[in-house]
Amino acid sequence: MRGSKKAGKLKDDSRWAWLMLAPNIIGFFMFMLVPVVATFVISFFKYDMLTPPKFIGLTNYITMFHDPIVWQVTRNTLIYTLITVPVGMAISLVLAVMLDQKIAFRRFYRAAFFLPSITSMVVVAIVWQWLYNPEFGLINYFLSLFGIKGPKWLLNAHTSLLSLAIVGIWKNAGYNMIIFLSGLQGISTSYYEAAKLDGAGTWQQFRYITLPLLTPTTFFIFVMAVIGSFQVFDQVMLMTEGGPGRSSSVLVHYLYQNAFQYFKLGYACAIAYLLFFIIMAITIFNMRMEKKMRDVY
Amino acid sequence: MGKNKKYLAVQIIAHVILIIGAFTMLVPFFWMLSSSLKSLGEVFVFPPKLFGERLVWENYTHISGRFNYFNYFMNSVKVSVWVVFFQVMTSASAGFVFAKLNFPGRDKIFLLYLGTMMIPFHVTVITNYLQMSRYGLVNTLWSLMLPASVSAFGTFLMRQFFITVPSELIDAAKIDGCNPLMIFFRIALPLAKSTIATLCIFCFMNVWNDYFTPLIYLNNDRKYTLPLGLARMKGMYSTDWPVLMAASVIAVLPVLIAFLFAQDAFVKGVMMSGLKD
Repeated sequence: MRGSKKAGKLKDDSRWAWLMLAPNIIGFFMFMLVPVVATFVISFFKYDMLTPPKFIGLTNYITMFHDPIVWQVTRNTLIYTLITVPVGMAISLVLAVMLDQKIAFRRFYRAAFFLPSITSMVVVAIVWQWLYNPEFGLINYFLSLFGIKGPKWLLNAHTSLLSLAIVGIWKNAGYNMIIFLSGLQGISTSYYEAAKLDGAGTWQQFRYITLPLLTPTTFFIFVMAVIGSFQVFDQVMLMTEGGPGRSSSVLVHYLYQNAFQYFKLGYACAIAYLLFFIIMAITIFNMRMEKKMRDVY
Repeated sequence: MGKNKKYLAVQIIAHVILIIGAFTMLVPFFWMLSSSLKSLGEVFVFPPKLFGERLVWENYTHISGRFNYFNYFMNSVKVSVWVVFFQVMTSASAGFVFAKLNFPGRDKIFLLYLGTMMIPFHVTVITNYLQMSRYGLVNTLWSLMLPASVSAFGTFLMRQFFITVPSELIDAAKIDGCNPLMIFFRIALPLAKSTIATLCIFCFMNVWNDYFTPLIYLNNDRKYTLPLGLARMKGMYSTDWPVLMAASVIAVLPVLIAFLFAQDAFVKGVMMSGLKD
């Protein structure tokens, strides 16, 4: 786009371009474009991998609409998102603001916060399952010091989803903190100097300079966090397998069960597209919101 | 004077918040380490103790009896080395093409790459599984390596870097008689060192820790990667916490060591993932 005027003058590189692009584009075609289309096509079939696929039109989508489990796992996914995204972002922002100043042990703090995000979810799940142990776990011991009798966490249908959300927040806080930090470092110090001259206090500077100028970063993290939490699966599979009952089952977990445990592949593909549409809708909505916010500031 | 006091107060509050944060992040790791050095009886003690009577190093030697660690480790290394190498190479060459070569349809194809970055992984995974099973590659490491050899995000990241390389540099080399492939290897690739390092680390972290893909493709113990092997061990020995913790400690070590050596590159990688403009 940049040098389109120039492009006419320069030699056309088609042959070399396609040669160098070939390995990438073949893989992209085979493992990305074809599967995206194929998944959509299979969602109109009944298929169990053993018998030949049978075309059933919109039946999978109609079944999905009447499937109480789909409603329950969508609700669970939404609750998980509503807990992890705001709380996680608030924690990340606070930590980033604290680190965005001259402070001793900065590198140590940064490393400590970032450590959970580089750790495999399998390890995280093992450790947290032990921490959550109702009788011998560290968390209920800690609560008992204050005279609180801790719940059964993962083993209780009322707290299982919350327990998974806490793990999600713990694991991702450092990652988002780093992105916030890069956003904060992009804000020119001259704004703060000018504000100080005008007599603005710390809170006012935060409220009227930092937050507005951080909006693009905040939106980016928000969108990514929402998309990520709609696809949550690992800790669910590893720590509760969706239980007790269906209390902590989420969309991708139900998709996984249908595809690889019940062998209802057509139905699983329909659920995949439900997930896709939800994520698309959220992203488009956010892009509109961001545009509006940009016009305000 | 008053200003100094205020500055001090802000610093103290900041440290208190940061210490609470760091404590919360690190305690699970300490607890993992301390539990891995207790005997089975000492783990089930209330109130919990920081350390047992003696450090039970045997937990670490017991791992190998129940957990094919070396095998899993080598499988993880194989997959990671392959994926990092090929993903970086395909991303760099395509990124260079999209940024610096002229051919009809270039921007449209790149837009297609961008568009797929929003598509959830789970939309492609079912049909990719069917594809792999048709080629007879399910239950082999190829099923993990082939699809991950190409990444739209990696291509995007490399293209964003190459766009900043001045075109004059490329044109001068062209006039000197270099073909685009030579320009890519001799000029563009050396310039992209730090972006490539970032992509390597990012890619390694994702592949090394991946649980979902191996879970779907592999069901033979000899093919397991580290995360899947550990997860299966968790299912089988869910009450032998000390040995499970010891296995976890060992599984964390490679990434932890990589992180301690290259903290800044890790951080830069995350920051670059946030620059999607």
